[in-house]
Amino acid sequence: MAVLQDFKNNVKPNWCPGCGDYAVQMALQKAVVQLGMEPHELALVCGIGCSGRFSGYIYAYGMHTTHGRALPFAQGLKLANPKLNVIACGGDGDGMAIGLGHTFHAIRRNINITYVLMDNHVYGLTKGQTSPRSDLGFKTKTTPTGNIETPVSTLEMALAAGATFIGQGFSLQLQELTDLLVAAVRHPGFSLVNVFSPCVTFNKVNTYEWFKDKLVDVKDIGGYDAGDKGAVLNHVLEHEGLLTGLLYENLTKPSYEKISGLAKNNQMQSVKKLAPDVFSELLEDFY
Amino acid sequence: MKSREITWQAGGQQGEGLESLGEILASALNHLGYELYGFRQFSSRIKGGHTNYKLRIAAKAVGTIHKSCDLLIALDKDTMQNEALNIQEQGIILVDSILAQDYSGQARCVAIPFKDIAQKHGSQLQKNIAALGCTVAVLGLTEEDLEETLRKKFIAKGAEVVAENVAVLKAGIEYIKTEVPSLLGVLPLPELKHKEQHLFILGNEAMGFGALSAGAKFMAAYPITPASEVMEYMVKKARKLGGQMLQVEDEIAACTMATGAAYGGARAFTATSGPGLSLMSETIGLAAMTETPLVIVHSQRGGPSTGLPTKHEQSDVFAALYNTHGDTAKIVLSPSTIEEGFYDTFEAFNLAEEYQCPVIVLADLQLSLGKQTMLIPEYDKMEIRRGNIVEASSLPPIKAPEYFPRYSVAQTDGISGRIIPGTPNGICLGTGLEHDESGRPTEAKDMRIKQTEKRLQKMKTFLANYKKALAVDAPYSEADALVIGMTSTRSCIAEVVEILRQEGKKINHVQVRLLLPFPAKELEQYIRQAKKIIVVEHNATAQLAGLIRMHIEQCPHLENILQYDGDIMYTEQLLASCKEVL
Ligand SMILES: Cc1ncc(C[n+]2csc(CCOP(=O)(O)OP(=O)(O)O)c2C)c(N)n1
Ligand code: SF4
Repeated sequence: MAVLQDFKNNVKPNWCPGCGDYAVQMALQKAVVQLGMEPHELALVCGIGCSGRFSGYIYAYGMHTTHGRALPFAQGLKLANPKLNVIACGGDGDGMAIGLGHTFHAIRRNINITYVLMDNHVYGLTKGQTSPRSDLGFKTKTTPTGNIETPVSTLEMALAAGATFIGQGFSLQLQELTDLLVAAVRHPGFSLVNVFSPCVTFNKVNTYEWFKDKLVDVKDIGGYDAGDKGAVLNHVLEHEGLLTGLLYENLTKPSYEKISGLAKNNQMQSVKKLAPDVFSELLEDFY
Repeated sequence: MKSREITWQAGGQQGEGLESLGEILASALNHLGYELYGFRQFSSRIKGGHTNYKLRIAAKAVGTIHKSCDLLIALDKDTMQNEALNIQEQGIILVDSILAQDYSGQARCVAIPFKDIAQKHGSQLQKNIAALGCTVAVLGLTEEDLEETLRKKFIAKGAEVVAENVAVLKAGIEYIKTEVPSLLGVLPLPELKHKEQHLFILGNEAMGFGALSAGAKFMAAYPITPASEVMEYMVKKARKLGGQMLQVEDEIAACTMATGAAYGGARAFTATSGPGLSLMSETIGLAAMTETPLVIVHSQRGGPSTGLPTKHEQSDVFAALYNTHGDTAKIVLSPSTIEEGFYDTFEAFNLAEEYQCPVIVLADLQLSLGKQTMLIPEYDKMEIRRGNIVEASSLPPIKAPEYFPRYSVAQTDGISGRIIPGTPNGICLGTGLEHDESGRPTEAKDMRIKQTEKRLQKMKTFLANYKKALAVDAPYSEADALVIGMTSTRSCIAEVVEILRQEGKKINHVQVRLLLPFPAKELEQYIRQAKKIIVVEHNATAQLAGLIRMHIEQCPHLENILQYDGDIMYTEQLLASCKEVL
């Protein structure tokens, strides 16, 4: 059985000291150990951003793709190689700006992968521009007088897209985040885990303290029912999305693999010549 | 007297069963052993639901249509107004008698009550079958020649439907026999010397079939003319073979998903046209940088932008070669017949895995939407080559933080061992960033240079090994001219060359089947053998000629024959253009 050390690659991240992404890295490593995974059974697929560097910092198969495209890559990988545990990662620019379309459609499609979105409300790697998750009035290099565009509500969007698993974590809550990631990977379908992962360098507003102050754990909401979509939406609206925990899970909607039939018959790993009878049968269409 | 060949054409409104009329006729003729080429044309002068289909019937292989036809079935006014102008002088028009007949051309025009014939023996919906019967009679065929095809086509709907269709077919034949006996057998089909079994197959289906035969089981795509039939074919076939075709949100997703699946060890591809390729350019770079075997079928249409979505063009050559930023190592094949469409797509998957790079199969609208008889692919000759995949059994145990050197620069051919993720003891990284031998990002100058050269070396290795870069018909060591083309102009050029040779000119013909890396050396020998070089292409900027000039030192003057009106090339016009240049 693999231990934490087996998932460490000794590469020193080029993240700033104090960046929220360190905690996500740690939580993910703990989660995969807890899940009993071996490093070669895991593939991390990332977008571009500070958070996109993730795949290079964990000892497992890793693919650092292009900006906003981690999800399509991860979905193709999972369907082609179903035994692999596939986890996609990226920032809020990656998943909510340039890759928003893919995020929405990946949720709809419900392929059995996990998406960890590191949400810091700003563009880190390109040194501090506004993000679709930036609050109104947020000042950045590209919004010197304050952001005037409504922030995307990741959670409402995910619910609208027909999500089957939505979790939200916070970099300061390592244990909760680890548990959430374990649950997400176990979920038989697409699981979204949005993590508030502060950027200590370019976001002086949405800081660790700011989040700590505002976040409410759904465990502390009396009668919270993660299976009641309408009620979940109401909570999300009421708390302006600033909730943590397993927010929503729907186990009745089957995964893409199940509906398509791939769960029963997936031959994508078998690359060989068609059997002679299959070949002859295919010819029939063209006589 | 037997003719050399016959072109049959039918025009009418969509929903009149024109497509199945053409299909049934073609299928029956294919069984009889004729060589065929079918093409559905869209005319810009014609609005609304008009559609028309041309079928060329010959004793030897034909790969394009001519502008004119011998027998025209006209079921709507548009056909009479536009298509009837292109008929041969000795041609015959069978026009639906409900249409006003103001035809004043040379051909013989006969009004036929298709609807009444159909209604009497079945229903008026079978007007197309009545027209089929008349066609059969004029071509000198019999009902027996068609019966089996009709049965196959309609048996799913029940024996009654079959019987009804056969009755209408017979009635059509009978009508010609009794009412216009002078038409009976007046356009006899060519004599068949030998009979071979052929497939009659759409270009896009040939490419889809080629992919499937090569073991491709993953396809992600977004619908676009003229490439959609590839995904439509795959969706019908992939599931049963344990594969999947996904229609996804856009071409970025399509291309990236296919790249992900290819990285995961499947044979995966996408198919697109103009605007789709623009969207795929970034991912093509990712596949090149991560050395992932991605295959893209790209069918060109009129550009730029949405351009001429249903029209033919070859103006994406530069885009296919260079639309990705950076020094991109990739392969661009360009099949020039439907048969090559099958084999090149098949081969694209081998090349993608052997050279670990993206491969684009560059087709064009005519190649995609033309339908042609082709010999049955030789099963025994189809070989799957997966290149250097490192199996788990050959890997010594490794542990974190040790990585497998996926991007090793030790090999002189540039090809390092590829690992399918999930393989124990093979852990390595991949990134679109420049990287070291394990796939970790690096900006070290030395490694940057080595990795760049490694990727480009693969292309040199490939070019040295590849045997199908050119399709050559060059019998003259001192030629008056060399005609160079690419993709679907093959057949039209060949016909023109044949005519010119009969007139005593020494003309060589080379169709370029590999565009990247460019087979300059091989092509140069033919260029040096000719007094004049004529480059024929469907674009306004002479892209193929540009490539030739770019790669051949002290390239002689190239004459361009360019067409960019959206239409396909016709022998008559190309012959005239060649004569002007000669
Ligand atoms: C197509 C493309 N456009 C722009 C960029 C530049 N770019 C890299 S990362 C990034 C945004 C990063 O922000 P986010 O996704 O929130 O991640 P973070 O760095 O905050 O983790 C941008 C705009 C790129 N790599 N590719
Ligand atoms: S810039 Fe921000 S997001 Fe990027 S590493 Fe530094 S703290 Fe983290």
